[in-house]
Amino acid sequence: MSATPRIHTRSESSETVAAAGIGTVKIDVRELNFYYGRFQALKNVSIEIPARQVTAFIGPSGCGKSTLLRTFNRMFEIYPDQRAEGRIVVDGEDILKSRRDVALIRARIGMVFQKPTPFPMSIHENIAFGIRLYEKLSKAEIAVRVESALTRAALWDEVKDKLQQTGTSLSGGQQQRLCIARAVAIKPEIILLDEPCSALDPISTAKVEELIEELKNDYTVVIVTHNMQQAARVSDRTAFMYMGELVEYGPTEGIFTKPARKQTEDYITGRFG
Amino acid sequence: MKVIAPRSVPAGASRLSLDVLFRKFTGAIALLVTLSLAGILIALTRESWPALHRFGWHFLISTAWDPVSDNYGALVFIVGTVVSSVIALLLAIPVSFGIALFISEMAPRWLREPVSAAVELLAAIPSIIYGMWGLLVFAPWFGNLEPWINDHLGAIPWIGALFQGPPMGIGMLAAGIVLGVMIIPFIAAIMRDVFLVTPQALKESAYAMGATTWEVARYVILPYTRTAVTGGIFLGLGRALGETMAVTFIIGNANNLSASLLMPGSSIASVIANEFTEATTPLYKSALLALGLILFVITFVVLVLAKLLLLRLDRMEGRQA
Repeated sequence: MSATPRIHTRSESSETVAAAGIGTVKIDVRELNFYYGRFQALKNVSIEIPARQVTAFIGPSGCGKSTLLRTFNRMFEIYPDQRAEGRIVVDGEDILKSRRDVALIRARIGMVFQKPTPFPMSIHENIAFGIRLYEKLSKAEIAVRVESALTRAALWDEVKDKLQQTGTSLSGGQQQRLCIARAVAIKPEIILLDEPCSALDPISTAKVEELIEELKNDYTVVIVTHNMQQAARVSDRTAFMYMGELVEYGPTEGIFTKPARKQTEDYITGRFG
Repeated sequence: MKVIAPRSVPAGASRLSLDVLFRKFTGAIALLVTLSLAGILIALTRESWPALHRFGWHFLISTAWDPVSDNYGALVFIVGTVVSSVIALLLAIPVSFGIALFISEMAPRWLREPVSAAVELLAAIPSIIYGMWGLLVFAPWFGNLEPWINDHLGAIPWIGALFQGPPMGIGMLAAGIVLGVMIIPFIAAIMRDVFLVTPQALKESAYAMGATTWEVARYVILPYTRTAVTGGIFLGLGRALGETMAVTFIIGNANNLSASLLMPGSSIASVIANEFTEATTPLYKSALLALGLILFVITFVVLVLAKLLLLRLDRMEGRQA
């Protein structure tokens, strides 16, 4: 692994974002601690995630990057012995203390997992399912939404003739794009990607990365990745985590070229991890 | 396999011949199962032939059961078997689904094991205990409830007739309810097991879309596990159809057909258990065995229907498309 990974410079794009005035903070995490039973997986993490940019979490296995991602939609809550303390403010509301139904919070945050997880239903239904949960639409309106979501995920041309087939009949890469389409279809504001390419071949990975690039025009994207080149390629900002702590966070280019901390440098140059 | 066997190594050769032996042995056992099935079917058919020959198709639709004049028909018992089992399923499926969902999705960890164990223990209770409990404990209590059922459910148009009758406690409805309790552990245990092995990532994906626990269960977990769930339900149904002791205690053992579920009836298994020792004439005995054959066929048809149902579900999901 080379010391200076290939980087698509992002500086000009972040300037345009700032110029357009949409670089506001979307997710504001303050002093977040997270516990699996007695084990503390996140220690005092504070991080501001900007709207309509791609933020990447990198770090060695077990550093807490997925854990952090999973607090943003309170996914940890379906497990009885996991708990979070601190504040996660999304659009001015502390979602950890919110009295609203957690399902309503999740409905505006899309999530894509490590392995593709098509639901046991047809391709069309995979996408229509999420839409129908919160919107009452006619069949025709749903069909339009399904098509636009699939188009968005660059999957429409491949599946338009077999929408009634089961989602599991697709290839792994197609399934993952179906999952992205599904997340996009519910029109969320934030999209969380938990190592979305780790089970994919290089060509599918490239397609998904293109998609991420595309998504940030409308959504706040947070991606957890093991792959540093991927973080460098797709993200505007990168957070390096280690042992449950946020070690360094800043513009991606800076993290990969002039890391401020020794630990970050060691990790991105492949000295440990 | 013999081609690649290293002939020079005796140990290898003997291992291989053992392997062949083992394969033949397992094959023989598998064959034995098939042969037993065929054997039972042949024996049942042969023994019930006198009755079937005498009454023909009429045997299936006749409500007569008169040992004195040697005139037999199976309809009362077929209806009793099917109706009591359907009642049992109507009760057991939703309850089992709730139990399984609670254990797999909602129960705090410390409660999971005790509830699971309790459900499994229900399955370990011998059916005669259920029968005695049904007759001595449940039926008197249920008898007190029946006037209420008469007044309220009996007043509903169309289905009201099902719930009108003397408050005796015992009867078709009581038998169906006890059967339902008996098959809950089987269905619930299978549902719980398959719900627990549903990939966590799949459930999380659905939760992440903003689905509630119910929506995750209904639209993701249940479709994902439907083959095993259907299997569990039919396992329970199979048990309900053939259950003898408990039903005999509580169904009332009356050889008549009634529209009311509160009236006593009889099932195939209960009438065989009750009357086998009294079957003095050859035709009587043959008629009872013919009932056994019918029970066998009903169970078989139920299994086939289950398979067809699963095929249809697959096609609806688009697997065959």
